[in-house]
Amino acid sequence: MSLDEIKIGGMGASRRRVEDNRFIRGKGNYIDDIVLPGMLHMEILRSPFAHARIKSIDTSKAWGIPGVRLVMTGEMMASRNLAWMPTLSYDTQAVLATDKVRFQGQEVACVIADDAYIAKDGCEAIVVEYEPLPVIVNPLQAMAPGAPLIRDDKENQHDNVVFDWEVGDKSGTERAFAQADVVSKLDLHYPRSHPSPMETCGSIADFDRATSKLTVYMTSQAPHIIRAAVAMVAELPEHMIRIVSPDLGGGFGNKVPVYPGYVASILASILLERPVKWIEDKTGNLISTGFARDVYLRGEMALRKDGKILGIRMHTDSDHGAFFSDAQPSKFKIGLMHSAFACYDIPVAHLTARGVYTNKAPGGVAYRCSFRVTEAMFFQERMVQAAADDLDMDQAEFRRINFVGDDDFPHRTAFGFLTDSGQYGKCLDVGLEAIGYKDFLKQKEEAKKRGRLLGIGISTMTEPLGAGNSREYDILGIKMFDSAELRVHMTGKAILRTGAKSQGQGHETTWAQIVAHELGIPADDITVEEGDTDTAPFGMGTYASRSTPVAGAAIAMVSRKIRAKARKLAAHLLEVSEEDVEWELGRFYVRSSPDRGVTIQECAMAAYTNMPDGMEPGLENNAYYDPPNLTWPFACYIATVEVDPQTGVWDVLNVVAVDDCGVRINPMIVEGQIMGGLTEAYAMASMQFITFDEEGNCIGSNYMDYLLPTAWETPGFELHEVVTPCPHHPIGAKGIGECATVGGPAAFVNAVMDALKGTGVRNIDMPLLSDRVYEALTKRRDVSGMPPMRTDDV
Amino acid sequence: MTSLNEEVFPEQASDIPVRTVTITVNGEKRSANVEPRLLLAHLLRQGFKMTGTHTGCDTTNCGACTVLFDGKPIKSCTMLAVQADGHDVMTIEGLASASELHPIQEGFKDEHGLQCGFCTPGMMLTAKALLDVNPNPTEDEIRWALSGNLCRCTGYQNIVKSVLWAAVKLRGQAAN
Ligand code: FES
Ligand code: FES
Repeated sequence: MSLDEIKIGGMGASRRRVEDNRFIRGKGNYIDDIVLPGMLHMEILRSPFAHARIKSIDTSKAWGIPGVRLVMTGEMMASRNLAWMPTLSYDTQAVLATDKVRFQGQEVACVIADDAYIAKDGCEAIVVEYEPLPVIVNPLQAMAPGAPLIRDDKENQHDNVVFDWEVGDKSGTERAFAQADVVSKLDLHYPRSHPSPMETCGSIADFDRATSKLTVYMTSQAPHIIRAAVAMVAELPEHMIRIVSPDLGGGFGNKVPVYPGYVASILASILLERPVKWIEDKTGNLISTGFARDVYLRGEMALRKDGKILGIRMHTDSDHGAFFSDAQPSKFKIGLMHSAFACYDIPVAHLTARGVYTNKAPGGVAYRCSFRVTEAMFFQERMVQAAADDLDMDQAEFRRINFVGDDDFPHRTAFGFLTDSGQYGKCLDVGLEAIGYKDFLKQKEEAKKRGRLLGIGISTMTEPLGAGNSREYDILGIKMFDSAELRVHMTGKAILRTGAKSQGQGHETTWAQIVAHELGIPADDITVEEGDTDTAPFGMGTYASRSTPVAGAAIAMVSRKIRAKARKLAAHLLEVSEEDVEWELGRFYVRSSPDRGVTIQECAMAAYTNMPDGMEPGLENNAYYDPPNLTWPFACYIATVEVDPQTGVWDVLNVVAVDDCGVRINPMIVEGQIMGGLTEAYAMASMQFITFDEEGNCIGSNYMDYLLPTAWETPGFELHEVVTPCPHHPIGAKGIGECATVGGPAAFVNAVMDALKGTGVRNIDMPLLSDRVYEALTKRRDVSGMPPMRTDDV
Repeated sequence: MTSLNEEVFPEQASDIPVRTVTITVNGEKRSANVEPRLLLAHLLRQGFKMTGTHTGCDTTNCGACTVLFDGKPIKSCTMLAVQADGHDVMTIEGLASASELHPIQEGFKDEHGLQCGFCTPGMMLTAKALLDVNPNPTEDEIRWALSGNLCRCTGYQNIVKSVLWAAVKLRGQAAN
């Protein structure tokens, strides 16, 4: 009899998490928990100015403090050719500033001491003389004629433009607009935000002179990319570099890039021949490491009277800070912004994108999303609502008219992506039903008569996950595939290693479930290991929801290779030919007499004790998986809100999420991911942003200014599912970690804008702080989120 | 005796003032020589090698460093070790015995109340302080009690469920 897949913790089991056994006891092993013998501590001195020339740095007092071992400055880094490092987007970034500082919080010097307190004392004792320069905090200023040049370090850079990029059909789009009955326009800003995992970044570099081996423990979502980068930047042989990413206290994209602190700790360890630990403080994390978003949109939609979308025109101005250090596929300068409108059947579209340098922290990291799809889907769903309002159409109906139909797959989007599956209308129906759409509309009208403002917001989207395929997706030329290696031990237990790296997603639990599904080995019998480049196969790491689509597929494929060999062993044990052997979960049997069979565990034993003549012993293999296409999950998020017209405060009444992420490996974990994502969506819509004053001072440098929702503010969520398996993924999964962060914000914003419908207010930029809503209500005008600027500089 | 002076500042100049503090940690008396400026969180982590107390923000905002101080939740990143002299501190390491989990720990595991686990020790200790005084809390009371602890991963809904799960089990144990 075949095994019960749920009982062995296979696919579909809400298996309780393996990693929790250590986390709930306080026995996780995070970067700051690691202590090496003789370890020293590094602290970073950061610039108080957003733009200033460095006139002098006096480190003599710091050297005089007992316990200080080393003080490093840009000059010293420069003498070793390490003052600058390459970014993941073909730009360069200062490790320690030499000529000038270009954003507040930029790394200027490092002190290495016996403990972190002394290292901080050392930083305070360094005297830096700055000559302040004019500051640029938004794209308007950056592109103004005569604007001060931020990147004067770069040859051939004569303005503040990082890139000008376009995609789509310009003339075709013009024709569509010429034929439109109505053109709907909307300008938006997706504010600067920060992934802000609870744990900050950090590293422990340990250079062993005796073996010449460099071991770096580091908060990295992509340890193999780091190994390659260190090999190239520090010119060390790659086999002498070992990157270990321990338990991560969250990542959300923040822990993908290479940061100056990592590089500085490595150099310090090489110079001092002792382990050097660097643990960033929260302010350092918020003001200097990869921010996200900060994109301005000019959006236009060509419409027919009956609601059909004829064409889309988008222009984005993105603010990349002082260094272009987005982590994204090299082909696409503004990430996958052109995945916007992928769920709608639109004949033609054109996108132009300009990126600029400003005096703000570098980044543009994919904060819980695939490369700018969060901005893309937010813009899309805000434009969709505005268009429905302009046509005076029901917002659900407007979406339905324009959805790609269930039978229209594969579907080529106007920007050239190929979507392959989905039941968009069904997801919308499930969502409308769950929220009680018709009733709510009535309730809303009733409430309006009594002066109460209720609103409902819908957001529907399909987003591209799981980069590559390798033809189109690479980072710094490294193709975006992933890997898995599986060793089945003699007694049928196993160890699985992948090139992904969990940051809370629960890989140790779910990866074993895929193997259990493919081989019938109980999940509890499988150890999962990630994050150590000396043992894990090469992989591109975990971000952009790519682990299940890519590494997860590799796990299925390597399991199938193991099964293929086990089949040969089974035939040998059963003394029949391979063709006569059938498989059911966990067991091979003889087709003609199903009672005669051997378990996968018996095959494993035979691989080490009783293999047929000529067969290579052992039962292990690896697989590298290059996906044929992206995966396309779909989601429908609906929120209802009430806005208080006296104060501008808005409360969430209900939130419904319908996710179609294909086949679910562990439903409990999938739902956990969705709720976490919805919370970040609510955060962005309601409170979470990083802004700057005219001088480039970061407002949002700590949790008193950068607001994350607590249990008290966070609404409850009601989750539903629709399952459309991915047609090309070995187990039909599509990925889920980021859908709600991507699609969620527009649901909340659309709900508030719906409540304000009829007041003449078309847009309030996120976050919808009560003072912004109040201003919009009382002044009856849109509220922009662009940071203020000094008029004398423009 | 754990001497932080010896272990954490091995080659430090001798003229830095130190004070001896004695704290009852998880029921056991521990002493250490500390610099007056040393934070309690760092004494627990580096001096006493109890790394379950995490520091997320250093600014009393996130609650990852929450410990029970004479039974009440406090943020150990903003308390000096010398202030804890003579007091009773409970860390996550003291919640379970070697063989058995505390119902709060079981609840967090069973209801998927954690993802990266970084906020979890602080969350669980805050939950314990709540359940110690209010064994039958409402969802709103739980949300309010936990509002000093940030979680970036879970969205709190499952954390609330975890605490409710624990409350049920603890009430059952009390009844027996
Ligand atoms: S580390 Fe103490 S509150 Fe955040
Ligand atoms: S589980 Fe990651 S911060 Fe709460």
